Amino acid sequence: MSVAKEVKKVPLSERIWFKELKFMAKRVRESPLSLAGLAIIFFYVVLAILAPYLAPPKPGRDPFEIPRYGYVITPSPPSPEHPFGLTQGQYDLFYGCIWGTVTAFRVGLLGVSGSILIGLTVGAIAGYFGGKIDEILMRIVDIVYAIPGLILAMAFVLALGQSLDNVIIALMLVGWATYARLTRAGVLQVKQEDYVEAARAIGSPHRRILLRHILPNSIFPVFVVATLDIGSMVLTASALSFLGIGAPLGYADWGQLIALSRNWLIGTPENPFEYWYTYTYPGIFIFTFVLGWNLLGDAFRDILDPTLRRR
Amino acid sequence: MGSLATYIARRLLLIIPTLLGVSILIFAISMVFTPEQRAALYVTSPKAASKIYQIIKKYGLDRPAHEQYFTWLSNVLRGNLGYSKSMNIPVIRAFTDLWPTSVEIAIYAAPFIVLVGVKLGKISAIYRDKLPDHIARVLAIVGWSLPTFWSAIILLAIFYGWLGWFPPGRLGPEAQAIVRSSEWVTYTGLYTIDALLNGNLFVFIDAVRHLFLPVLNLVIVGNAGIMRVMRSSMLEELNKEYVLAARSKGVAERDIINKHVTRNALIPVVTMAGVLVAGLMTGLVITETVFELKGLGYWAAHAAEQLDIPSVLAFALFTGVVFVIANLIVDVLYAYIDPRVRLQ
Repeated sequence: MSVAKEVKKVPLSERIWFKELKFMAKRVRESPLSLAGLAIIFFYVVLAILAPYLAPPKPGRDPFEIPRYGYVITPSPPSPEHPFGLTQGQYDLFYGCIWGTVTAFRVGLLGVSGSILIGLTVGAIAGYFGGKIDEILMRIVDIVYAIPGLILAMAFVLALGQSLDNVIIALMLVGWATYARLTRAGVLQVKQEDYVEAARAIGSPHRRILLRHILPNSIFPVFVVATLDIGSMVLTASALSFLGIGAPLGYADWGQLIALSRNWLIGTPENPFEYWYTYTYPGIFIFTFVLGWNLLGDAFRDILDPTLRRR
Repeated sequence: MGSLATYIARRLLLIIPTLLGVSILIFAISMVFTPEQRAALYVTSPKAASKIYQIIKKYGLDRPAHEQYFTWLSNVLRGNLGYSKSMNIPVIRAFTDLWPTSVEIAIYAAPFIVLVGVKLGKISAIYRDKLPDHIARVLAIVGWSLPTFWSAIILLAIFYGWLGWFPPGRLGPEAQAIVRSSEWVTYTGLYTIDALLNGNLFVFIDAVRHLFLPVLNLVIVGNAGIMRVMRSSMLEELNKEYVLAARSKGVAERDIINKHVTRNALIPVVTMAGVLVAGLMTGLVITETVFELKGLGYWAAHAAEQLDIPSVLAFALFTGVVFVIANLIVDVLYAYIDPRVRLQ
């Protein structure tokens, strides 16, 4: 313990976290595209927070249940009471799009954080202990990689049962592999450093070495990739809902709203775009939400690319 | 001794554990279901499916998991993948009936995805941080952010609903009648190729007309990955010394780019083939569903919706096997292009 007191603390500005964050902020400031991405994400955050005021749920009802205004199949065009119109089955599109934002954040953030948690654990164990454990764990990662995400998620949702929570669990079970690889690579690099050797020499237990010394210095790329991943998680989840195996009918979910528009692509002979609002509004919501994350992530991507780094 | 043959042999041996692993994963997912539900994985006709308890006994579905795994695997290896209730045929029949549709879309989509991705990546790297670079990057990001099902719907609404140019489905009614007639010889099941072999230009044009939108859709959403790899590999090559040497020697910039840099920059793009295959299969599930093309992806999507367990699991297993084989081919190709790989 007396040793620890004499060790000089690394000043904040010298820490790897600080430096990386500063570098990331610089990249974002330099790139108008990622600033646009940041603005879009900010807009959606505000939209999600204001959802109860923009589209107040009926008292006593689950806010994620889209209100219906009748039972006619044919959609109704936008009107002052329903600014985006009513889609097939008279579900309110404005309400569904606004609350769909909350759903998207829930799916994206929970899906990514769950994936990180699993991936970080597996990757850290594989990288730190090496040998047989590493070999086995990385083979499992290869196997998960072998089946395309959407298709594997389809199988998982089928096995778990159809619900949005199970979609999120399926996304975690599919998404962790990327983080396991990244974490392992980082741990392998940091493992060689002198300060790890020193910690081992003074008899620190494995858990402490991993949690206090190795992980904080190696998980930066994990968080960069996480930003990139939120958009694609939301895309996969909305695809599942579109295919009819995600959110239950009437749940505020963009993918499902688009599924409801599928029968209305073709308008009437007089007006081929008679039902344009059924697919246009929810589509614009998904697209711009994912675009925001991807624009932001595009600037970060160069950070991960060692060949382009800081050139 | 690092020859290509030993390299291929070594790689072939390495895919066996991965393939076994994929099969174990699929089997593990199936174990979540009750033995009654899993019975459909072992039968090949609806008649047999009605005798659920006999099947459970026969295949030992109440036995320990590892015993069941071997029964299941030997069944799968013999081509018995169960009965598809969404198609009302055995799963293996669904594969043999439906593959031509998916393959036909894929063989037209893949070259265009690569072509567009490489071209955009190249432009983007040459004009780094200038206007063409920004445009190419925005195009790639937009394509990458578009939900496949939504872009498909927009394309259909415009080009079918409004303009009436490109209808959904595989063939129009007239061409359908020709294909079903007795004079039509089916060589491959791919209508564009069969039409040429039959010398029928009408069917060929009709088939192309139906393929246009699905292929366009896959190219729009699929080229971003290739573009990004091409861009960074091109940037890396452009910074190498041989480029500087060539420039100082007075070689025309066009020759440097086309004869030297592009060729070298294309090598890493080869490794993207596995990702491309995975992306195509995901894209096919969605695209075939929206365009009503009755292929493997259409079947998988409808099977999932109707809780047709054997079909979804068989399709997942299939995509895993295709991905592993695609990566094997990529590795061999890579070793062929770049001999240094074989030596490690």
